[in-house]
Amino acid sequence: MTGYILRRIAIAIPTLLLLIVVSFLLMHAAPGGPFTQERQLPAQVLANLNAKYGLDDPLWRQIINYVWGIVAHFDFGPSFVYPDRTVNQIIAAGFPVTLTYGSIAFVVAVAVGVSGVAAAIRHNTWLDYLAVGTSIGAQVLPNFVMAPILVLIFTLWLGWLPGGGWGGPIYWIMPTVALSTSFMASIARIMRSSMLEVLGSNHIRTARAKGLPERAVILRHALKPALLPVISYLGPAFVTMITGSVVIDMYFSTGGIGRSFVDSALNRDYAVMMGITILVGALTILFSLVVDVLYAWIDPKIRY
Amino acid sequence: MIDQISMKSLAARLSETEVKGRSPWADARHRFRRNKAAMASLAVLLLVGLFALFGQQLAVWSNEEIDFGIIGQAAQLGGPSLENGHYFGTDDLGRDLFSRTVQGTQVSLLVGLIGAAIAVIVGTLYGATAGYLGGRTDAIMMRLVDIMLAIPYMFVLILLLVVFGRSMMMLFMGIGLISWLEMSRVVRGQTLSLKNHEFIEAARATGVSTWKIILRHIVPNLLGVVAVYATLLVPLMILSESFISFLGLGVQEPLTSWGALIAEGSGTMNYGTLWQLAFPLFFFCITLFAFFFVGDGLRDALDPKDR
Amino acid sequence: MNGITIWSEMFTMWNRETHFMKKLILTTALIGALAAPAFAAQPTEGEKLAEKQELNFWILDALKTLDPGKNTDREGSDALRQLFEGLMNEDVTGAVVPGVAESYEVSEDQKTYTFKLRDAKWSNGDPVTANDFVYAWRRVADPATASEYAWFMELMNVANATEVTKGEKKPEELGIKAIDDKTVEVTLIAPTPYFLKTLAHPATFPVPQKVIEAEGDNWTQAGKLVSNGAYKLDQHDLGVQAVMSRNENYWDNEHTVLNMVRFVTVNDQNIGLTRYLAGEIDWMDRTPAGQFPRLLQEYPDQAISVPDACSYAYLFNMSDKGPESLKDIRVRQALSYAVDRDIIVDKVLQGGQRPAYWWTHWAVEGFQQPDIEMAGWTQAERVEKAKALLAEAGYGPDNPLKLTIQYNTSDDHKKLAVAVQQFWKQIGVQVELANYEWKVHTDRLQNQDFEVARYAWCADYNEASTFLDYFRTGGYNNGKWSNAEYDKLLEEAKTAADTGPLYKKAEEVLIGDMAMVPVYHYAKPMMVKADLRGWPKENVMNDWYAKDMYRVAQ
Repeated sequence: MTGYILRRIAIAIPTLLLLIVVSFLLMHAAPGGPFTQERQLPAQVLANLNAKYGLDDPLWRQIINYVWGIVAHFDFGPSFVYPDRTVNQIIAAGFPVTLTYGSIAFVVAVAVGVSGVAAAIRHNTWLDYLAVGTSIGAQVLPNFVMAPILVLIFTLWLGWLPGGGWGGPIYWIMPTVALSTSFMASIARIMRSSMLEVLGSNHIRTARAKGLPERAVILRHALKPALLPVISYLGPAFVTMITGSVVIDMYFSTGGIGRSFVDSALNRDYAVMMGITILVGALTILFSLVVDVLYAWIDPKIRY
Repeated sequence: MIDQISMKSLAARLSETEVKGRSPWADARHRFRRNKAAMASLAVLLLVGLFALFGQQLAVWSNEEIDFGIIGQAAQLGGPSLENGHYFGTDDLGRDLFSRTVQGTQVSLLVGLIGAAIAVIVGTLYGATAGYLGGRTDAIMMRLVDIMLAIPYMFVLILLLVVFGRSMMMLFMGIGLISWLEMSRVVRGQTLSLKNHEFIEAARATGVSTWKIILRHIVPNLLGVVAVYATLLVPLMILSESFISFLGLGVQEPLTSWGALIAEGSGTMNYGTLWQLAFPLFFFCITLFAFFFVGDGLRDALDPKDR
Repeated sequence: MNGITIWSEMFTMWNRETHFMKKLILTTALIGALAAPAFAAQPTEGEKLAEKQELNFWILDALKTLDPGKNTDREGSDALRQLFEGLMNEDVTGAVVPGVAESYEVSEDQKTYTFKLRDAKWSNGDPVTANDFVYAWRRVADPATASEYAWFMELMNVANATEVTKGEKKPEELGIKAIDDKTVEVTLIAPTPYFLKTLAHPATFPVPQKVIEAEGDNWTQAGKLVSNGAYKLDQHDLGVQAVMSRNENYWDNEHTVLNMVRFVTVNDQNIGLTRYLAGEIDWMDRTPAGQFPRLLQEYPDQAISVPDACSYAYLFNMSDKGPESLKDIRVRQALSYAVDRDIIVDKVLQGGQRPAYWWTHWAVEGFQQPDIEMAGWTQAERVEKAKALLAEAGYGPDNPLKLTIQYNTSDDHKKLAVAVQQFWKQIGVQVELANYEWKVHTDRLQNQDFEVARYAWCADYNEASTFLDYFRTGGYNNGKWSNAEYDKLLEEAKTAADTGPLYKKAEEVLIGDMAMVPVYHYAKPMMVKADLRGWPKENVMNDWYAKDMYRVAQ
């Protein structure tokens, strides 16, 4: 197990390097630099800006400097578009926000989604169809449609919730709901089919044959193995959450890193864009590692 | 998100039946026909397909023409009407929503199908090659997949579209090229179990080349898994496209797509022009529903469980 | 909509009057002293103040910076005008009134301005000194700061600004110096009629040297920022909000009424409007396209459209890289005639904008309307003429003119481009649309990689030359149009006593050669809470000061 974890970490490093190099080159290939603006800057100002941000070095040197800054000082450099802030500051301000509404959304999604079990038990009944239908519906309704509907209902018509901003729990409700519905639906669908799978397996038949009550069969024998695929969904779900935060930040003014990413890509803010990409990439790797370990812990049959 | 566990079970079952030398397809067809939800969904897909192909023939207006009698008064005059030929109403510019929905359907379906097709082709070949060759090549190829899976793909796609400018081609490539990774894993898994079967060994013994074995003997036997996977992939591709369109990085005007129409319609939903959201969203939803049901139905038909 | 028109006409009249007065002051008084009392919020008799004196102002994007020397956008300027105060302010009508400067003197050659500073204080209690201005101006011009607004010092004609910006001279040689703690002297390279107006621009605001030297780039963070305006920064969450509260040390604090100003970021205009209607935002200065008429009907006390000094156009690429067809004046005229500006203004934008037949915004101070032939025609006549011109130029059904319109990502630009595509289709021109991100769009414009491109220009100061300079040979002029007569007229205007007729003539030359397709003059269709008073309805630059505002009880 330890060996496996070490191997995975060993892969993580070239992965991140590849991510850095590819996004770095992509960004530099794009027309329009970070200082492109309507009034072309005097050559001297441009030269100074380039020198300040190290853009006058050859490309290979810029990459090395950049990576070195991260490795040696955990420094992602200054932002090009927000001159008052460093990338570290932008991420430090935005990431906790994204993490807060993201993890609440996730817990809610898992809690509700696992009830997909109920559908599995009553396979091919109206309850099953309803559950499957609702979950596909929720998965299909884009969150950029959901978000404005929520604001209209709860802010304008009912006046119960603030339409945006970030602060106490009252600000968390709408972002969480808008973000969690599609997770919820995915988890319910996965849960349903994996429960069906488990219920059809031999050890459940044995348990039933022993005369155990159905409830006990499900809770004691079926639930744990049926949860495995949900656990393996944690990794991709995390990425979906970050992607979804683009919409959440835009509609609810939450100030998370999703909007910062899109802004930085459109404004050629190399530093912020790379910082967030690397952060998300690193977290994706970390999550899939945690998921694998969890998986092995629940299912001892798995060997690495 | 496609459920990997049931895909594995399906793959296992399909390689089992191969051993018995009996095609699973005949039974599957029978089972699929009995699945009402799946059959109904298939019908829906057919209708949506017909709508995309022939809808333009029914349209009175083209997708880019502005109705100068309506422009600027969409809320008052632009509602769905049979008299003026705007069956689905108009958008804010007075353009016919029926014709735009038809054209948006074409683009979205195309993105979904082509995206899935790229995933199928690349994923199958890659996975089958890795699985069949095995050993070091397999290890390297699959590590590469691991590495690429750790890349936040929506972020990279946004980057690609920002950097290379938006175009239909870029959209297809961007969406398709990222989706083959999971596919290749599933395919590789099945190839591993297939490759030790007698008929493969027989082929190898008679000196058939590696490529021929992969293409002639392995790939055809992957069909079931690939078909189910591809069906479930299409709605995911369409969802990705809608997100890209929402960000304003989708197809160029006057072309449109479901995502673009829905994004536009949802912005104005409180301004008395609800049809601008309702029609595209309706087509979007029923199509995605149908793809999910057909995919699930196909899987259940190929891999029936004694439940 | 009638209300708007009538009001706009009043505005034009008023504008002419002040223009006349300004000329009078500048030409007759060599030593001008401003003795008028500073403008502050002054509730009139009978107005009862509301209990809660707060303002929530909508902004579309996150505030990029709160450093006056580094700010480049309008939303940033709006925020900075609350936090900092320059030598001059603008009143609700846009007229220049004293800020930190109590009075000023102009030398006989109009090239040296001497400002006397009042006893003003920074929010930490330190006095505002002449050196704070000297330091700030040098900082902006110094290439080491790499300010993207260094050009502003050149625009102001401050002596040596160009050399300092280019790095040829030291920042210390910039034409500003502190005579003593309370006296600033500015040297210009030429008499500059609009100089005083530029002093209300954030690039000229003083900055606290001590704080900047101690904190570096972090000095603008809430808690560290020291400001000399009516407000100080309490909180700034990027992409969420910036909260400012009353600065007790402000020299005119006793006349300030609003206790708190909050800049609320909402990235989506429709959600912004929803939140305005829900009462979370008090002032939304740009309502979603097409919604204004409905809002005006439903909320007549809150919806208002004011002119905004920007003009919208489609540029022709007339450089060597541009298409041959656009070098033919008949083609350019045909394309311009075919655009139905009334539909764009009345049907697409619907926010009180005005059709444009020339370049300079109609409400700019002292601007005389040029005589433009096409302005008087009906659209049917224009289309007919356009068709004839195109045929004359050799284009027809067998040989259709093909063009690409480039625009940057935005719902409004998209709508306009789609409409123009249809207008041009009517005269047989085949148009393709190409949409790019702002940076790419700008980059392509600057490299002449376009055929026809959407463009808009906003005034830097309230005078026609800010618009006309764009098309000067060697100006920003992305389409590379060039005309010797035009250049000569602008050159003359620089030193002329009466610039009006020269600018008028220049416009006539510009449109005579159809250097672009003027489309419309901007307006701001806004939603403002009815109880908010003291915001500028008559300032075409739309600069506002929360210290001049207050909310009445209703």
